[in-house]
Order: sequence, then C-alpha cells, then structure tokens
Amino acid sequence: MPTRSDVERFLLPLGTAAVAVGVWALAVRLSHTNVFPSPLKVLAGLKELAGKGVLWRYVADSLRRVATGYLLALFLGVPAGLAFGWMPRLASAFNPVIQMARPISPLAWMPLAILWFGVSEAAPAFLIFLGAFFPIVVASMNGVRSVPAMYLQAGRNFGLGAPRLLARVVFPAALPQILVGLRIALGIAWLVVVAAEMIAVDSGLGYLIIDSRNAGKRYDLVVAGMLLIGVIGLLLDILVRQLEKLKTVRWGFQQESA
Amino acid sequence: MGVRVVTPAKVSIRDLSMRFPTDRSTIEVLSSVSLEVKDGELVCILGPSGCGKSTLLNVVGGFLKATTGEVLIDGQAVTGPDPRRIFVFQERGVFPWLTVEGNVGFGLFRLGAAERAERIAHYVKLVGLSGFESAYPQELSGGMKQRLEVARALAVNPDVLFLDEPFGALDSITRLVMRSELLRIRRAEKKTILFVTHDIDESVQLADRVVVMSTRPATIRRIVEIDIPHPRDLSSPRYIALRDILFEEIGLAHKI
Ligand SMILES: Nc1ncnc2c1ncn2[C@@H]1O[C@H](COP(=O)(O)OP(=O)(O)O)[C@@H](O)[C@H]1O
Ligand SMILES: [Mg+2]
Repeated sequence: MPTRSDVERFLLPLGTAAVAVGVWALAVRLSHTNVFPSPLKVLAGLKELAGKGVLWRYVADSLRRVATGYLLALFLGVPAGLAFGWMPRLASAFNPVIQMARPISPLAWMPLAILWFGVSEAAPAFLIFLGAFFPIVVASMNGVRSVPAMYLQAGRNFGLGAPRLLARVVFPAALPQILVGLRIALGIAWLVVVAAEMIAVDSGLGYLIIDSRNAGKRYDLVVAGMLLIGVIGLLLDILVRQLEKLKTVRWGFQQESA
Repeated sequence: MGVRVVTPAKVSIRDLSMRFPTDRSTIEVLSSVSLEVKDGELVCILGPSGCGKSTLLNVVGGFLKATTGEVLIDGQAVTGPDPRRIFVFQERGVFPWLTVEGNVGFGLFRLGAAERAERIAHYVKLVGLSGFESAYPQELSGGMKQRLEVARALAVNPDVLFLDEPFGALDSITRLVMRSELLRIRRAEKKTILFVTHDIDESVQLADRVVVMSTRPATIRRIVEIDIPHPRDLSSPRYIALRDILFEEIGLAHKI
C-alpha cells in the first residue's frame, strides 16, 4: 500500500504530469497544427539528438558552464557576504554599488562579456557568475546580520577571538540563510546559462533551442530542449535541497519540516 | 570580641550607575548599586520586569560598560567577558548546529582531545543528559536544553555563573525540577552564582541572600538573608515568613 506521503510526493505529481502530456497530445491532434510538435515527435527528436551524440555533449556543456560560474560565485560570494555582514562599515561602503549592480540583468552584460572574453567558454561562465554572485552575497550578509546576539555573546564569553567566533558561531548560525541564497542562485544560474548560450557560444541546451529554430524550424527539438532544461533544473533544485537536510542546518528549516 | 575573619568578596559591585542614551534624553537604568557577593554564595537578584536586572548582570559579566562605578572580581576590575565567569541564558542560548556533546565541548577548544572528551562525558552525566550525546537541541525538551546550557557553562570550570531568568521559559513543573537540579549541581561543583529572577518563590527556594531591586532606575531596596537549610521545606513557617517579607518588599499584597 502506498502511504499518504508517497501519494502526495510521487503519485499526485506524476498523475498531473501525465494529464498535462495527454492534453498536449490531444490539443496537437485536434488543432491539426503542423508547426507545434506532439509529445511523440518530441520524444523522437530527443532520440535523434541522443543518436547523433550531441544530446549528452550539450547537457554536459551547459552543466559545466553553470558549475564554473556558480562555483566562482560561491567561493567569492560567501566570504564577501560574511565580511559585509560582519563589518558594517565595509557594507556601507559597498552597499550602493551592490544595490545598483543587482537589478542589472546578467544578460545586459552580454555585449561586454563578448567584448572581454570573445565567443568562448568564459563569456557564459562570467554571466552565470554575475547572476549567482549577488544573491549569494546578499543572503550571506543578511545571514550574518541576523545571528542572534545571544550566540555572539556566548561565543565571546567562552573566550573566542574574532576568527574563531566567525568560524564556530557566525558561519554555522548564518548557514541556513546562506543555503537559501545558494539555492536561489543556482536557479538563476540555470536560467542565465540558457540565455547566454543562445548568443555567446555554439553548444549547450540554449544553443540547441536557438539552432533548432534557426536551422530548419525544428520545433520538436526546441520543445525537447525546453523539457530537458526544465527536468535538469528540477533535479538541480532537488540536489541543493538535500543540503537542507543536513543535521547541522536542519534547525534553520524547521518551520517546513514541523 | 573575637577576631573578625574578613573573607574578601568574590564579586564586588561598587556604586554602579547605568544610563542609556535614547532619542531625546537618557534613561537611567541603574542608580548607585553596590553589592558584595562572597565566594560560593548564591545570590538572587529579584525585581520587577524592566527594572534593570539584566543590565546589572551584563555589566558584572563584562558585556556592558557601566556609566559610572566599577565591578571587581577577585579584586580585579572587570573589563570584558572572561571564560572564568559564564553567562547562562534561557535555553535558547544553546547552539542548534551542535550536538549535545558539541555544545558541552564548545568552550574546551584549548584542551587536548582526551581531556576534552573526559570533561564532556562528566558534565553530560552531571546534568542528566546521558544517552543524548549525539542529539541536536531541537530534539530535546526545554528543560533538557536548559540542562545542556548549564553543562556547557560548567564544562569550562568557571568560578562564577551568571544566570538570567534561566528557567523563565519552562513550564512550572520543569522549573521546580530545574531548581532542585541547580542546587544539586551546586553541591557537586562549588560556584559563586548570581541568579536573576522576577519570581519571588524561586528566589526563596534557591538563594543564600535575595537582593530586592526597586523599579527603574534600579536601586537595592533590601537584602534578605534566606536562613533555611537545604533541602528547604516549602511549607515551613520560616519559608512562608521570608516569602511574605519579599512580597511585602516588592509591594504586592500576598492575597488574590
Ligand atoms: N541598550 C539599551 N538601550 C536603551 N535602553 C535599554 C538598553 N538596554 C536596556 N534598556 C532599558 O533598560 C531597562 C531595563 O532593562 P533590563 O535590564 O533588560 O531589565 P530586566 O532584566 O530587569 O527586565 C528597560 O527599560 C530597557 O528598555
Ligand atoms: Mg531581563
């Protein structure tokens, strides 16, 4: 017997997805469209791509670019955010710049990215870095700022100097909020890579979509690319959410599990 | 007249005043508070909410600098927090990202692994958390978290403990249990304890002396010696008499 939570976690969403695919197939058939592909044609398109060997290469290329830009944002953004949160003076100095740079879509940097890096691997990675960096910085900064004074007081009471206090109190206390920022940033990174690949490079899932449209109006491949992007985005999100289950941060996500 | 033995005070609070600047003026929270606490004594600081008890404790602990006056511990002026005197908060002060063992060992980073493990085991046992070594605070009850916080403080072997309404968030039964636990622990580990409370019964049950504070700005109204040996009988005439004195002093009629 499936338990209630099994039903809610798997059967219901799968059922909804099946219905959606069914409606899609029916709509294609009833409207007699010959531009928009049916689910079966999309499946055939996916097989064709897999057969040519480009599918996995494109997926790997997109993931590699995301990993590069995202990890760079992670390793620079978390320390920067911790520093800003810890040193209000520093934050005051940089805050106007950050707040101004933040609403500029990473895509607006595209011309500059191509100017600086050319049509290369570095251009999309740079855009992804920009998209992921600010949410990570801001989440880390806010995480530090909202560390309860009681924890800091306890840390100081036990004789911890600033470096130890940061490592053993401030960072773990801010970690749940940092993880939320990391999750948001990964979502943004995955959005940005697709857009960046439509312009700055000639491989990856974004390129697949734009190339399928331009070279022969292969809408079956366009939709296949979109579905792949959605599925991989979902998997990435599930992956980072696993971090929230770690015992050392679970306390910060209690309202959800309770 | 025999020879008077002068025991030097462990904690000596001298003419403390504290004013906080506010938007337009300043508010005076403490007004020339002076108090001597002997080594090993358990002193309750009793006063209405908002009178300045926490402020006083924070000054004595070195977390706040008084506007005027000074605090001496072992004859030395307090200039900042020190692991020899540990502040115990309500149970929310335990670190939720550390296990019971991690919390108890938090202040022991200067010790070697073997000694640290030994101390952790000792204090986990002392506060009755054996079997929960690897549990996280969110898996513990309020009373257990409070024990954990006490164990974390005791583990660094401080000679003074500051407790700021430590049992205030617990239910009344757990609170009673925690009080007798505190007295038991105090017999095992002789500490000087400053215990802030707004609960009259709590102060009579625990204290060697009760320091009654006035409303803000806090001054010491009266110091009442609780001359009842432990374990204290809560229905003895002496207990009730002392309680009545305190009710009177706080300005509450003891009838409802
Ligand atoms: N940093 C501060 N700035 C301004 N006012 C303060 C500050 N800390 C405490 N106070 C005021 O001092 C008074 C006493 O506070 P507190 O010592 O926390 O009282 P208690 O612990 O007795 O309830 C309160 O009215 C509070 O608003
Ligand atoms: Mg208080």
